[in-house]
Amino acid sequence: MASETVVSIYTDVDVVVARQKGRELASELGFGLTDLTLIATAISELARNIVLYAKHGEILIKNSLVGDRVCIVVVARDKGPGIADIPQAMQDGFSTSGGLGLGLPGVKRLVDEFHLVSDANSGTTITIKKWKR
Amino acid sequence: MQVPILKQGQYLIASIQAALSDQDLVQLRDALAEKVGRLRARGVIVDVTVLDVMDSFASRTLRDLAHMTRLRGAETVIVGIQPEVAFSMVQLGLTLEGVDTALDLEEGLTFLDKKIKRSTSRG
Repeated sequence: MASETVVSIYTDVDVVVARQKGRELASELGFGLTDLTLIATAISELARNIVLYAKHGEILIKNSLVGDRVCIVVVARDKGPGIADIPQAMQDGFSTSGGLGLGLPGVKRLVDEFHLVSDANSGTTITIKKWKR
Repeated sequence: MQVPILKQGQYLIASIQAALSDQDLVQLRDALAEKVGRLRARGVIVDVTVLDVMDSFASRTLRDLAHMTRLRGAETVIVGIQPEVAFSMVQLGLTLEGVDTALDLEEGLTFLDKKIKRSTSRG
């Protein structure tokens, strides 16, 4: 059972759609209530960064099976300006607290795997994974 | 999705009914800050029981809302944050610092009664 959903992100309404789709898929995969919330919240943060910084992008949500372990994979892609200083963006305190910044360290704490690729020419791609317990 | 705001005595009660977009949240914040003056409310309760996600934007907007209404002379209490939502918020580093919270609507009303009585008896 492989399913894949892509949500185009243009506005704050798409942020809500993306996190609801993620929650739906995770729920179908049998994730528990706490993990559903963590996944939906992580998607919300990533989708909002797209709206704020890149204006347009997409969120791809799919499941993956490694051996007998199930995980949900979320890829947030945009062709925006890219992140100039990645180490700084991944620094705690640079982000969520004051309301500025990308909140990426927080997102990283919500999931099991976090992978970030970004440069000024091709935009930003963030891939996160959460394994079913 | 507009959030209905009810007036109950000296209090305004905003009961969120469904997932809110950023724009909806900003609208709620501004509506409450305005209504506190127009309806001469002393307290505000925002019931977030149905919210299954409280991300950085929602937290920040609710915090701003609480601080704005306080500057307008009314206390705000956020009620109904679900346990898994609370866990997720803490992981994200969102603590709603300086904002009063209560378990549910009933506790929120009790909290406001105490807080507002205290401030009026003091002067």
